[in-house]
Order: sequence, then structure tokens, then C-alpha cells
Amino acid sequence: MSPALPEGDPAPADGALPASATVGADARRFGVYLHVPFCAVRCGYCDFNTYTATELGGGASLAAYATTALAEIALADRVLRAADLPTRPVSTVFVGGGTPTLLPVDDLARLLDGVRTTWGLAPGAEVTTEANPDSVTPDGLQRLAAAGFTRVSFGMQSAVPHVLATLERTHDPARIPDVVRWARDAGLRVSLDLIYGTPGESLDDWRRSVEVALSTGVDHVSAYALVVEAGTRMAVQVRRGELTLPDEDDQATKYELVDDLLTDAGLAWYEVSNWARTPQDASRHNLGYWRGDDWWGVGPGAHSHVGGVRWWNVKHPRAYADRLGRGLSPAAGREVVDAATARLERVMLGVRIAEGLPVADLAPPARQAVAGLVADGLVDPRAALGADGGERRVLLTRRGRLLADAVVRALVD
Amino acid sequence: MPIPSATAAARIRPSATAPELLRNFCIIAHIDHGKSTLADRMLQLTGVVDARAMRAQYLDRMDIERERGITIKSQAVRMPWELDGTPYALNMIDTPGHVDFTYEVSRSLAACEGAVLLVDAAQGIEAQTLANLYLALENDLQIIPVLNKIDLPAAQPEKYAEEIAGLVGGDPADVLKVSGKTGEGVEALLDRIVRTVPAPVGDADAPARAMIFDSVYDTYRGVVTYVRVVDGRLDPRERIVMMSTRATHELLEIGVISPEPVPTKGLGVGEVGYLITGVKDVRQSKVGDTVTNAAKPADQALGGYSDPKPMVFSGLYPIDGSDYPALRDALDKLKLNDAALNYEPETSVALGFGFRVGFLGLLHLEIVRERLEREFDLDLISTAPNVVYDVTLEDRTEVVVTNPSEFPAGKIREVREPMVKATILTPSEFVGTIMELCQTRRGDLQGMDYLSEDRVEMRYTLPLAEIVFDFFDHLKSRTRGYASLDYDTTGDQAADLVKVDILLQGEQVDAFSAIVHKDKAYAYGVSMTAKLKDLIPRQQFEVPIQAAIGSRIIARETIRAMRKDVLAKCYGGDISRKRKLLEKQKEGKKRMKTIGRVDVPQEAFIAALSSDGGGAKDAKDAKKK
Repeated sequence: MSPALPEGDPAPADGALPASATVGADARRFGVYLHVPFCAVRCGYCDFNTYTATELGGGASLAAYATTALAEIALADRVLRAADLPTRPVSTVFVGGGTPTLLPVDDLARLLDGVRTTWGLAPGAEVTTEANPDSVTPDGLQRLAAAGFTRVSFGMQSAVPHVLATLERTHDPARIPDVVRWARDAGLRVSLDLIYGTPGESLDDWRRSVEVALSTGVDHVSAYALVVEAGTRMAVQVRRGELTLPDEDDQATKYELVDDLLTDAGLAWYEVSNWARTPQDASRHNLGYWRGDDWWGVGPGAHSHVGGVRWWNVKHPRAYADRLGRGLSPAAGREVVDAATARLERVMLGVRIAEGLPVADLAPPARQAVAGLVADGLVDPRAALGADGGERRVLLTRRGRLLADAVVRALVD
Repeated sequence: MPIPSATAAARIRPSATAPELLRNFCIIAHIDHGKSTLADRMLQLTGVVDARAMRAQYLDRMDIERERGITIKSQAVRMPWELDGTPYALNMIDTPGHVDFTYEVSRSLAACEGAVLLVDAAQGIEAQTLANLYLALENDLQIIPVLNKIDLPAAQPEKYAEEIAGLVGGDPADVLKVSGKTGEGVEALLDRIVRTVPAPVGDADAPARAMIFDSVYDTYRGVVTYVRVVDGRLDPRERIVMMSTRATHELLEIGVISPEPVPTKGLGVGEVGYLITGVKDVRQSKVGDTVTNAAKPADQALGGYSDPKPMVFSGLYPIDGSDYPALRDALDKLKLNDAALNYEPETSVALGFGFRVGFLGLLHLEIVRERLEREFDLDLISTAPNVVYDVTLEDRTEVVVTNPSEFPAGKIREVREPMVKATILTPSEFVGTIMELCQTRRGDLQGMDYLSEDRVEMRYTLPLAEIVFDFFDHLKSRTRGYASLDYDTTGDQAADLVKVDILLQGEQVDAFSAIVHKDKAYAYGVSMTAKLKDLIPRQQFEVPIQAAIGSRIIARETIRAMRKDVLAKCYGGDISRKRKLLEKQKEGKKRMKTIGRVDVPQEAFIAALSSDGGGAKDAKDAKKK
């Protein structure tokens, strides 16, 4: 089961956008997210929209997938033109899943070509694909780079066999240094994804995973706390008492540990769960989510945002292929964000990044609340005072990052 | 036997029945000893309710009564019965069985000449029954001892007949044996009532005097007042006077219940019935008051009237603050039907707006609370029940404290607390453990008697405050449920009492303040701080929880600061989902009460106030036996 889609308004059959979506579009970057809804094996903790049956049929199969997704890119182009949005070259592309590298490299290349011929790629565009360490080869990585990919994000999760086993990840941790080297040899920038707080993971296990990741010389790390979502196999195991979740103190300690180790190795946080060696190593695509940029999400269950309109596609690959086959928008629902909601989103997303959230963006009562957050050690006092030279902004301290949701609640009450 | 002919029936027409053909009686029984079932059989046998219209516990009007098998409000039913060719009218006056309603019981008893002492043949007499039996003897009632439930396999009629005979005098063989369930022995009981209960005696020519033994609010009719005529007579359409208040009313309707209200041409000496005057509030028609004729008033009221006095107080608060007006309306409505209920608005930092409500006792508290929740659909928090303290300050100023948080802070000369006489009936094997329990509750043993070989009556004086808390739970659990308790108030005593406050991050939480004996202050402080530590979620900062007497801290716990409150992922740009989670969290925060800076979920207050088997739980068990 994948996460339920939000409740929203019905989306128009042709996907048409309201006039409000064009306001200020010139100032926003445009990205494309491509969702590949296939995996060889479904992991017990995963609640993403992905399928292991490769033969879903009706244009939904793995083999037909690229063609179907290209149809949505064509539709996207029509919709954006019809809404009078300026044609913006794509500044970031992110292929996620699922396991994008289950698709033949040629299919990934075709999809990227579709984006390129439709909108063009901005100079220095960031083009990332997620990859399972199991399913890449030196040759495949070379061909991805040749097709225009610039970055690869490996789902490493852990270096410890018993942790990987609990997560039901099938890859051999010993391959990690190899795949990182192959990718770098191909000229790709590399990120490693880690998960902490898996049942049975000790603090030393976690330290070892971070150290192995750093030993590859990687320039970007994402570290996510394991969240057991309702409806996953792991949730059932936890309910039955077969697995015991670590408490929040354990997760906090592990967050502090990874932050220490990465900082010592010369990486810096730029978003609550993301660290990069230099600002150029940060994932610009992900930053687009936090900054409120525009992006079109292609694929089953993919989410899009254009100028305050958020929508999401139907989840099942067959329903998705069917809609596109009939020339209809695959959107299942959408919401047009009103001014109050937009401000809430701005705070919710903006405080999570190291750029900080300008105090000027807060409602007047929330500006008062900043003082209390400073007093509690959750917000950096220098940034809040503008004493570091920039404009006054809300920048989380490390304790504040761990309590980011509480900070957001304090700033939107 | 049932009345055979219309001619016979005419002799006992209401308003025209000679006193010697009247028999007024009540049934004294412990809860669950089968009073209502026995009453049902009597209604059927005498023909006032036919089998078709019969429903279980016919006389218990309120749903709560029927469900819980207890009788809150007494009523009177007129039943015809013939013995040796003479027709009689029997008035069965139903009495509340619980000690909280002692005053109402005593007024019901005062309306009768006889009492059926009904005892479960499998359980024997219970302390509360014993208390009511004493009241009946005080009122010179003729006692008819009856063992009920003789159909039960566990019944021991011989054993308990002996016990009862030992208490009321007489021969164990004279104790009647009935089964309310099967009807066995009920005819014989009705015959016995006619034979042994004295007929009422009064002066038919004197100015009218009738005693109010109950008054009930009815949505359609207003207040229905139940009376027993002692002297003279009351007639429809005349003006009457309530002697305690001198208020006059017109008698719109007068009648008897059989078992539904039937208007009559009046009520004569010895008769029992109802009056309707159009008043809307039971306070205008007080139990114990004397009704007389306005044109020809009596000089002297019948004795025994007193105002009900609340003994136990508790704060009642709506869980949803916006229900406060609804709670006020609900209390106003309940008051119409419950002269003993009184309340004043109260504000609590922790719980918001509510009422400090005075009750006759714990069962009364529980019944009121349950009616508020059930009939008015309110979700309530009630604070731990407390008693009334008389505090004298050094400067001789006197303060009456009904809410612990209002206990004066200055120099105190003396604190007096209400005391009770408690009677505990128990199998003899538990005497030791009960003595131990009563000792920890500052009890003083007054005496002890063996009712039979293995049943003991123990008499204690105890501070009321010590039994409103969790005494009954402990008594039951230490005696495997066998002991029973009855208590009645008996003056007050000076005691070494202190107020313990609970502080959250230095802020006093008024709902948790308690007045306790000095020797128990520490234990209260330790248990309350420990409890709150488990109930209050971690905050962004460390929260000390302290118990204090004045400025002296006697116990402390710390809630460690929360360390992590952040969702790491943003599912493939699903911002809407994340925002909805946030909105949900915000809603959750709105439902919390903020003490200082500490957000405390409503549930934490409820749990802290209700665990420990506070009074409410006690009361629930008390009526179940």
C-alpha cells in the first residue's frame, strides 16, 4: 500500500490551470520529477507508489512505461502553453521511484530527451536519478552520463547487514564503494541515502554506516529517520511485537551523531535531512520543493506544483496509462492554495533549509514568537537579529532542526 | 386476595377511605436485594398492573434507575387487597436505598406505619439496610422481616432468619420467605401487611396537615409533590400553604398513583397521594415540609423538616470549554428535580470554566454526573471530591472552604473537618484487616458486635474526607467484596490538615490542590507528581513537577525535554500531506490546556483526576455491593 493521496478538489479532465498559476512564474524555477513505479522487490518499510509486477499491461508495463510518461510530458507542454505560462527551460530533473534503474538506460535517456526537446534544459541543469546499488553497472552509469544525467543518488540505507536485512534491502553493502567510484568515474556527482532508527540498529551500527558512506569520499548525504507508515509490512511486524521501534531519544542521538560525523568530514547541512560538501553539491531539485518553485511531476501518483496549484496523479499505473491513452490529464485531484495556506506552507517549508526563512515572511504575531524560540535555543540568535550580515531570518539551530515541526507550529499559530 | 367486587372496591375509593382500611408501608432493602422485583409482583398480584403492561421494575422511572437497578426517587403506589372479606387500600412508599439519601429515606419512613425489611436470603443483611432499619425503629414503624430470593441455590434462609430475628426481636420462624422472581410467598406477605401494619391515626376535623415526602419535576406538569395526609383533608382547587416558606399555591390537581396518576376528589386522613400546583422548581415544594390549607391553616407544622446539606463537593468542568453554557442549562434543569443539588460557577486555571457542585454524598455525585453526561450529552471532568472545612485564622476570622485551592494561605489557628459514624458489616475473618484500614484512615473504633457467629458489626468514627477518596474500594478489595459500609455524619473535629499544591514549571495547577492530613501530605505529593510525570507529554523544554505545602517543596519529578519532533521526509513533493499533518497537530494543540508554557492534554487531567479510584468510582461500586 502506498500513502493515500490527499483529499482535494476534482482536477479538470484536460488538466487546465487557473490564471493565478501564471502570477510571478518568471521568478520561479521549473523542474521535472519523473516517477518510475517499479521495483524488483518491495521493501517492508516502503510505502511509496511502486509495483513489483513488471507486466501490468495496457501501457502500464515496464516496457511501455517510457512511452506513456512521454505522453504526459506532451500533455504538460499543452497545459502550460494554454495557461500562458512563459516557456522556462528546465533547471532540474529528478527521476525517482520505485527503482528508476530497473528501466533500461535507453528508456531513461528517452525520457530525458523528451524533457529536453519539449522545454530545453537550462545551462548547468541538474539531472539526477535514484539508483539501487544492486542494479547499476560501470557501463550503465557511463551511458547515463552520456545521455545527460549529472547526478546519481544511491539508496545505500546502511552498511550493516542485519540492518539491511530488517529493511529487506537486498544489496551487498560491500558494493557501495565500488558503485560510488564507478559513478564518479563516469563524471556523475553522487549522493548516498541513509536511514537511521531501524529496529535493532545500535548507535555503533549507525556510526559504522555513516563512516562507510564518508569513506567513499561522497559529497552529498541524505539521512532520514525511519518512519513506519501504516499499511506497510513493517507496521504489521511492529504491531505483532516482532520488531521494536527505537524511541525518539535514540533517533535524536543518531541525528546528532550523523550531523557531527558529516560536519567533521567537511559537509554542511543545507536542509534538515541533507548535507553537502559545497553549496554546489546540494540537490537543487530538492531545494526547489522547500523554496516553493514550480515542478511538474510525471508518472503515477506524482505530485506537481505550479504557481500555487498543487495536484497529484492517479496512483495505479494502469489507471494512469488509461487516462493518458484517452488524451486526458492523469490528475486525480488538486488544490489551489489560498493566501493563508500559502503563508503556512512558506513557513513549513522555508524553516527547514539553511538559508533560513526571512522574518519578513512571517505574520506579525509569529515575529513575536521568534523571541521565545531563540530563548529556547531552537533558532539561531545571530541570524534572527541579522547580526551575521544578511536579512533577519529564522535559522534553526541543531536542536531546532530536531524540533522543526514544533518550531513551525509556534510560527503559524 | 385481589378485590373481588365493585362494591368492595367502592369502600376504598381514594378520598373516601376510612383510615382503618388504609395501610401505609415501605420496603427497606439493600441495593440488589430485590426490592423492585418484589414491588413488581405486588403490582401484578393486586391487579393494578396487568401482565401485558408489566415491565421490569415498573416503578423506577428514570432510565438510570432501571439500568442500575437502584431507586433514586421514592414514589407511592396505591394497591387494593382483600383479607377476610374486608377491602383495604395499601400504599407502598418506595424509599431510596442509599445512605446519600438518608434524609429522604427518613421522610419516606415518616409517611408509613410499617416497613417490610427485605433481605437477600443468599447474602444476609447489609450495613445500609441496618442503618435504614434503625431509622424505621426510630419512627416506630412495625417491621415485617422478609427473606427474598429463596429460589436461589445459594440461599440460606435459616441462617439469615436467625440473624434478622436477632436484630428485630421475635422468632426466626416468623420471618417470611418470598421470591420476588417467582412470586412465591408474596400473597402471604400482603396478608401480613394488612394484619400487622397499624392503620393510620389522625384528626379528620383538624386543619389539614400533610407531609411532603418527595417532589419530582415533570416536564409537562411541573412539580409533582407526594404527600401523606396526617390530619384533616386536602381538596382540589383550594389554596394551600407550604409551612416552611409560607408560600401559597392553588391546588390544580390532587390524586393517587395506581400505578399511573389518577386525579381524585381529595385526600383524607392517612391517605397518600400527589399534588400539582403548577410550580416549576422542586425548591418550592421541599421534602419534609408541611402542607396546610390557606383558609384554615394549622398552627404547627409536622416535625422533622430540615434543609438538605451538601457534604461532598467536586468541580465539574466541560471537556470542551464551549459546552459551559450547556452545562449551566443542564444543572439548572436537574435542579428542578433535585432539591439537594447546589452549585456555583468556578474558574480553574487548569480546567477553565465550570461549577463547584455540592452533593449529599458520593452516589449522589455519581448519579448527577451520569445524568449530565447521558441526558444532556456532556463530556465532563470532575475534580477529586472533597469535604467542607471550617478554617479559623490566627485573627479569629473564619473561612468555609469548599474548594481546596481556596484554602487560606495565612496563619491558621485551627481547621475543623466533618466526621462520620461508620458501620461496617463483615465476615469475622476480616476484622483485623478492616481495623488496619480504618487506622490508616484516622478511624476510631467505637464498638463491635457479633450479629451471628461469623458476622460482625464494627462501628467507627472517621473523617468524612478519608472515606470520600478511595475507602470503599479498599474495603471491598481487602474483604473480597464481603464487607458493607454505611455512614452518617456526626459533627466535626479539629485536625492537623495542610493544603498540598501541585506546581508545573512553578505554576500552581489548581485542579490538583488537595487538603490532606499532615502525615499524608508527602505520600500525596509523591504519587501525584509521579502520576503527572507519566501523563504529561514531553515539551520542548524540561518541566519540573513539584508538590508543595506553602513554599516548601515536598516532592519533585522532572519531565525531560522532548528531543525530536520533525518529519524527515517530504514524500516526492507531497506538500499537501505534510501540511495536513501540521494542521492536525495544530488542532491537537488547541485541545490542550496551557499551564504557564506547558501544554497539557485534557486526557492527562482526566486520568490524573480519575485514577486512584477517586470518589466517583467508589460510588459506582458502592451501589453494586
